[in-house]
Amino acid sequence: MIKLMIDGKTLSVPDGTTVLDAARRFHINIPTLCHHPKLTPFGGCRLCLVEIKGIPRPVTSCTTPAAEGMEVTTTSPNLESLRKTVLELILSDHPNDCMICERAGDCTLQELAYFYGIRKNRFSGERRTYSKRDGNPFIERDMEKCILCGRCVKVCDEVEGVAAIDFAYRGFKSKICPPYEKDLNCEFCGQCVAVCPTGALTGKAWKQRGRQKDVREVDTTCAYCGCGCSLTLHVQGNEVIRVTSREDTLNEGWLCVKGRFGYNFINSPERLKKPLIRKDGKLEEASWETALDYVAGRLKDVRDKYGPNAIAGLSSARCTNEENYLFQKFIRGVIGTNNVDHCARY
Amino acid sequence: MAGLATVFGSGAMTNSMPEIENNDLLFVIGSNTTETHPIIGLKMKKAFRKGAKLIVADPRKIDLVRFADLWLRQRPGTDVALLNSIMHVILREGLEDTEFINTWTDDFESFRGSLAEFTPETGERITGVPKEKIIQAALLYGNAERPGIYYTMGITQHTHGTENVYAIANLALMTGNLGKESTGVNPLRGQNNVQGATDMGCTPNMYPGYQRVDVPAVKEKFEREWNVRLSEKVGLTATEMLQAITNGSLKAMYIMGENPVLSDPDMGHTIKALKELDLLVVQDIFMTETAELADVVLPAASFAEKDGTFTNTERRVQRVRRAVNSPGEAKRDSAIIAELSRLFGYDMTYHSDEAVFREIGRLWPATAGISYRRIRKIGVQWPCPTPDHPGTQYLFKGGFPRGKGRFTAVSYRPSAEVPDNEYPYILSTGRQLFQYHTGTMTRKTSAIETVAPGPYVEMNDEDAQGLAVEDGQKVRVSSRRGSIEVSAHVSEKTLRGMVFIPFHFKEAAANVLTNPATDPVCSIPEFKVCAVKIESL
Repeated sequence: MIKLMIDGKTLSVPDGTTVLDAARRFHINIPTLCHHPKLTPFGGCRLCLVEIKGIPRPVTSCTTPAAEGMEVTTTSPNLESLRKTVLELILSDHPNDCMICERAGDCTLQELAYFYGIRKNRFSGERRTYSKRDGNPFIERDMEKCILCGRCVKVCDEVEGVAAIDFAYRGFKSKICPPYEKDLNCEFCGQCVAVCPTGALTGKAWKQRGRQKDVREVDTTCAYCGCGCSLTLHVQGNEVIRVTSREDTLNEGWLCVKGRFGYNFINSPERLKKPLIRKDGKLEEASWETALDYVAGRLKDVRDKYGPNAIAGLSSARCTNEENYLFQKFIRGVIGTNNVDHCARY
Repeated sequence: MAGLATVFGSGAMTNSMPEIENNDLLFVIGSNTTETHPIIGLKMKKAFRKGAKLIVADPRKIDLVRFADLWLRQRPGTDVALLNSIMHVILREGLEDTEFINTWTDDFESFRGSLAEFTPETGERITGVPKEKIIQAALLYGNAERPGIYYTMGITQHTHGTENVYAIANLALMTGNLGKESTGVNPLRGQNNVQGATDMGCTPNMYPGYQRVDVPAVKEKFEREWNVRLSEKVGLTATEMLQAITNGSLKAMYIMGENPVLSDPDMGHTIKALKELDLLVVQDIFMTETAELADVVLPAASFAEKDGTFTNTERRVQRVRRAVNSPGEAKRDSAIIAELSRLFGYDMTYHSDEAVFREIGRLWPATAGISYRRIRKIGVQWPCPTPDHPGTQYLFKGGFPRGKGRFTAVSYRPSAEVPDNEYPYILSTGRQLFQYHTGTMTRKTSAIETVAPGPYVEMNDEDAQGLAVEDGQKVRVSSRRGSIEVSAHVSEKTLRGMVFIPFHFKEAAANVLTNPATDPVCSIPEFKVCAVKIESL
């Protein structure tokens, strides 16, 4: 363990902890844009600058390991002025789009502009303009809102192991893009969307479906493969408009393309809405009462004529435990046969 | 699952997802993990970045091969020979865990004898994997401290699937890699609640909690709790049900949320059989290919419209919560069953979903300690018998449920249908990243349809050259059971002599071709090997 002092408080942290992590561990807030706790430190945004006694210039706390006896100051007029300048510089090249941005209310840059009270900007001049929109159906990339924090590059490489994007060009022309600036063509897991601190990366399906107001969040479990990732369904009215995942779960907030973007089937117009009974070879709509009376009647007929073992049930690996339990209870206890299975064996 | 249950007395992933990152060796066999279980794939990549070695055994050059230290490209259907020859080398090198074998296992001596013939040379002859690589795999696994084995349907979907599982279990047993953190035998379950459906007794021979229907004391327990008379006759498996229709003994089927027309082998036969039924009831969220054959179709709720629990591949019971209302008159499956049950004069109403869950806990102690409140944020892994039990991260710490782990000698036997002059290629079916299962859900999501719009057959580039087939060209793939037309994806991804078709697409359903031959123990069909021919169109 290492002992250091941050803003006059003595703290002990394990070896190898960065100054930023040490401060956050004890709820001392240092603003950041490029830092992400699950990715390697970058030191790119310069917001996490702190003063350390004995070091002449401010240093980035996300890349500085805590050391024994270190005395750190996280806020001072000089530091706050530096941070404000950094933000003003970023905002001077950022569209004033909050009114129509998908991420308004859930944007780290907007939040920091609010805390630092930045409305007017001392800086002006040329802005990066990008008109290209790529054709992939999942991820909207609005590169004018990109602040080059590099989180998307890191998550794609360090977590997903795909490295579909990287920094290209230098200086004012720097941008993040797939090789040769082609359209994004990857696994579309959307990890990059999950870590983007601004509105640069969003889900195409999210567009104009609702932002934060009146959106309910419901935590549930994914219905695709057996990993069992935690999902947060964002619901407006009676529609799931967005899917995210919390970071403090089994899947650490990471999802795949199906979990993150494969939710539109819920609201598909092709969903079955009424019971159907076959009449003269055609399936026709019926009331629940008619349909269930019919099912019960026909099942009883078969059972009376051929015995319970002439009936079988196939249950579903897609349904809940409770439903599966009730299904086999119905087949075993009510119909009277052990002819019940599901496609687990497949 | 039957295989693991026989060996250990319990059939599930022995270890947990969070433990993966601490493996020092991962042996992934018959699992295209990054596509079929993407988040488990991420944990594997994390282990790899932390320095773990990775052995991939797969006839296809799957995405994980990019990270592999060693890639064993066995011929489809030869896994037993591969595993046995790896174990042969482990014994030869003295890398077995004698103390573990003596303390925790039975039948080692007779098992040891069974490996004698599986020299690396024999292994190479049967599997096509060079003997040097077999030896290297044995040394890597045998010398690892925390090796985890991961497999899916590439192991199980064979007529000798159970034997494949025995071979894997033997390997873990002889090296003592069970009952310890970050080791184990880990079947990755393919669907969100396959584990739960099995746990809940949706199997013809077991009540909830793996309790056999033909044990009188068990039957009496369930009769008391449910207040009914129960049958002690083991029921039919899904594959046997179709045969029973054909021979006239099965007259009615009730199918809840499954689409056997697309998911079962030999689609022509499945459709013919289902049409012969006096009554077919299908309960689903969409008009599936199976529902189209039904006499009655009942509209059900999707996962976003119901409360309850799913159990994931590592035995973790997690909450499902209702977010939206069902469209039209669609109802929750549990409400439909309860209503139907009432028409039979049996009351199956519960005042909440949790009341059902509590009833399960009374009948199966492994979940008795779990309540909805306890899993409101994060799930708990069974066994969890009491409210103060933390749940079980990995199984078999200090012993096996059936006392000792059992070695089961298995020998290599070829698949039911092997290539010949008329049908010279091996067909394997499986999944790809974007689509899911029979596509009932993913194919209704337009973005996914855009990137993964249709069926294809993956062919080896040299084979394609021989047949003068070009990438993207239409070909006809035929087996003894039927034929489909698909476009060819030509690359080095599949082994020579083998083709791969994803089974998601009804317009060229892979299961028109597949062989309904099944494993004699657990009835799983042989989706991974059948013989086909390819004609250029």
